Amino acid sequence: MGGTPAGPVCQDDHDFALWEKRVDALMVLCGNTGLFTVDGLRRALEDMGEEAFETMSYYERWIAAINQNLLESGTYSIEELGARMEEVARRGPTYGEAQDG
Amino acid sequence: MADRVRVKTMMPPGHVRTPTYLRGKEGVIERTLGRFKNPEQLAYGLPADEKPLYRVRFTMGEVWGDQAECPTDTLDAEIYAHWLERL
Amino acid sequence: MPHDHLSPSGHPYRKDDDHPLTYWQTMEIAVRELLVEKGVLTPAQITAQIETMDARSPANGAAVVARAWVDPDFKARLLQDASAASREMGFDIGPLHLIAVENTKEIHNLIVCTLCSCYPRNLLGLPPDWYKTRAYRSRAVREPRKVLEEFGLSLSKETQIRVHDSTADMRYIVLPARPDGTDNLSEADLAALVTRDSMIGTGLPKQP
Repeated sequence: MGGTPAGPVCQDDHDFALWEKRVDALMVLCGNTGLFTVDGLRRALEDMGEEAFETMSYYERWIAAINQNLLESGTYSIEELGARMEEVARRGPTYGEAQDG
Repeated sequence: MADRVRVKTMMPPGHVRTPTYLRGKEGVIERTLGRFKNPEQLAYGLPADEKPLYRVRFTMGEVWGDQAECPTDTLDAEIYAHWLERL
Repeated sequence: MPHDHLSPSGHPYRKDDDHPLTYWQTMEIAVRELLVEKGVLTPAQITAQIETMDARSPANGAAVVARAWVDPDFKARLLQDASAASREMGFDIGPLHLIAVENTKEIHNLIVCTLCSCYPRNLLGLPPDWYKTRAYRSRAVREPRKVLEEFGLSLSKETQIRVHDSTADMRYIVLPARPDGTDNLSEADLAALVTRDSMIGTGLPKQP
């Protein structure tokens, strides 16, 4: 990204949402366990390509990259993830209702 | 390692920590940082060799040529030894 | 469901609980639960990590800077090894490899990470959104003077700019120059002048 033309720097900021803080914590803790490294996270982020940078938020990209690494390390299967995501979505229409199983 | 170095111009695919905009640019070693695990292996979950890491200082004139905002301003970046050639 | 908007450590977070659940939030919940069920992590670890990050803030860096302003020996140690100097002040910065770069009348330092969003997070907390933008990451290395002007900082041509691209294992903090007219201030009063942006290089300390 260094050196490519770009517009003004938007200086808006936001407080982090709980789900974003949880994603951040998952990355740090998974790194500590040795399941994957921050370089594994970065590699997955880069492989998601330019479109993801434009269409997904920072921590959306992070959870996608964390998941990619955990699938690669065999921590859980795609089937387990898919089934769990369906179950979570059935709990309720908001994060507040779905966040605890 | 000589004081003056050039960043290799190679452009392999995959995860590397050498910015594209510094490939082929010449700078001086600002300080040595010790040995760190090679991110090009860590990124793929592989056992990683430890590589010497250097902080290299470039002038903006070297990096951006005529386009530099102020050619005597400088830019420091950390570059692993296997990306550097002695001059 | 509890609906207060404070994390366990009391820091406010964005009100997102009432918005429709997104695909990626669903993934976060699922991944977190699978990690707990597989015995990789415990809920307590996750909560503790969030609290640890919430406790890190620019005030920690400001305390380090103010100490360096009043204690020349500490300043020398900070410039020699900023990780050790931060730990000496009692800050838990984990495995962070920190380098402090000093602003003087002749030199102004600016920190960026063009490859991702590397930041001295274990001392200063999470980076501001703008630090992670394409615009900042692209332009800080190419036209730092224009970027600094957007942040309200106009530097003369006599001041040399040193941009630091955090490309690998080090993280950087700017040691700003102590403002004039602060000889009589206490260390705590000095720390209150040190802004987050002054430690990234996109700002200067406040004037007393």
